[in-house]
Amino acid sequence: MSEKVLMSEEEVRRALVRIAHEIVEKNHGCDGLVFVGIRTRGLPLAQRLAEIIDDFENVRPPVGALDISFYRDDLSYLGIQPVVQRTDIPVDIAGTQVVLVDDVLFTGRSIRAAMDALIDFGRPRSIQLAVLVDRGHRELPIRADYVGKNVPTSLDEDVEVRLKESDGRDEVALVKREEGKQ
Amino acid sequence: MRVRTKEIVPSLIARRSVLDLDDFSQEEIELVLETAGAMKEVLAREIRKVPALHGKTIVSVFYEASTRTRVSFELASRSLSADVINLTTSASSVVKGESLIDTVRTLQALGADMIIMRHSQAGAPYLVAQHVQAKVINAGDGWHAHPSQALLDLYTIREKLGKIEGLRVVIIGDILHSRVARSNIWGLTKMGAEVVVCGPPTLLPLDLNTCAGYGLPFVGVEYNLDRAIEGADVAMALRLQMERQQQGLLPSLREYVQLYQLNEERLARAKPHALVLHPGPMNEGVEIAPEVAHGAQSVIETQVTNGVAVRMALLYLLAGGAGLGRSLR
Repeated sequence: MSEKVLMSEEEVRRALVRIAHEIVEKNHGCDGLVFVGIRTRGLPLAQRLAEIIDDFENVRPPVGALDISFYRDDLSYLGIQPVVQRTDIPVDIAGTQVVLVDDVLFTGRSIRAAMDALIDFGRPRSIQLAVLVDRGHRELPIRADYVGKNVPTSLDEDVEVRLKESDGRDEVALVKREEGKQ
Repeated sequence: MRVRTKEIVPSLIARRSVLDLDDFSQEEIELVLETAGAMKEVLAREIRKVPALHGKTIVSVFYEASTRTRVSFELASRSLSADVINLTTSASSVVKGESLIDTVRTLQALGADMIIMRHSQAGAPYLVAQHVQAKVINAGDGWHAHPSQALLDLYTIREKLGKIEGLRVVIIGDILHSRVARSNIWGLTKMGAEVVVCGPPTLLPLDLNTCAGYGLPFVGVEYNLDRAIEGADVAMALRLQMERQQQGLLPSLREYVQLYQLNEERLARAKPHALVLHPGPMNEGVEIAPEVAHGAQSVIETQVTNGVAVRMALLYLLAGGAGLGRSLR
């Protein structure tokens, strides 16, 4: 298995700072802004974005956590299931501008599931999408509003986002799968 | 996507059925309890429904009366968006003499993905599981097993006391005829609790803790409830079926109440935080005093509420599919 680092810790930090500024600029401030991180790695990213915004706007938008397991379209095809974690949306999202946050945008199916899950909690005024890495290969008509880095990939590669909160360090790596392994 | 091991635990999907807890590993029980926590969050939402089992058909076949288990499984199935069919055996071909296996084969041919079954004969769901491709959940078979009840008891204990390991749990009453007690003995001991059973000798299985004990794990046996409940963290009272007296297993109901009723005085001997559980339906004033059943330490209603979440977890994990080992982004 070969591995190539796509983003270093510093690059991850800069990308997040830029995205945070873009979000505030596009939404004309932080009014009605709610961050929702898709578990697992979208959640720490959402929390970091909210903290960065707090640094320069002195307002910390609320952050929620979304587990999309129940909304996936591939339950029957999954060999191994991740443990379902709790969804926690701390505010009423009706009428708010939700920014969904995930680590990697790939087929778009997770985002489709996340939007379905979110709408069960209320009708936000808008849903925007922020991702650290867009690796292409969409299978649904979904695009991101804020992208840390666009990375052309092939289907036998994986993009691994490692974060301090879950993996001890910040790093994005492109991993080439070995033959015959999924 | 590569599987990151620390987020993933062994799944129930390798199972075709949930028949008892004797073949559950501690990890599997943990997985059910964790998943039930996420289900509880779903049940607390304004819209108490997620599409996880959309398009799956779940049939419940109850050859024996039940209110809470049946309604609980039905609510659980509906909250996961499955289609639910309740077969009432008195209004089905069963009264025309159709055999158990033919009935479930018919249900499978009609498209049932999962069969939830209660039967008065111990082992009936095992027989069914051998003859159908559909996944089978035992919702109670004779005196033998009632795994979803034991799991919801475990969930409730852990939710209220924060752990199960090291707790002293006393199961009181008619252990001999209790599938709830048997499945709980399996579940509790696997999770590291100390289990004590207490009841009149005529209502305790003779072969507990012997090699003929059908492999039930070791439990403490105590005939005196005052002694058994001393220092307990959990007191679980079981329903006393009135016909046991006619069967000559009890000298009198009055004597049973005097010796084995869970009342305030006896509960005071347990730890101050001790929980009171009962699988229902209760005979208030017989195995449990009304002031204990509805007292501050009672979690009997919580058990019922948690039952839906735990059964959702079981259905969801069991439906997890045939598995091509592919994951998505």
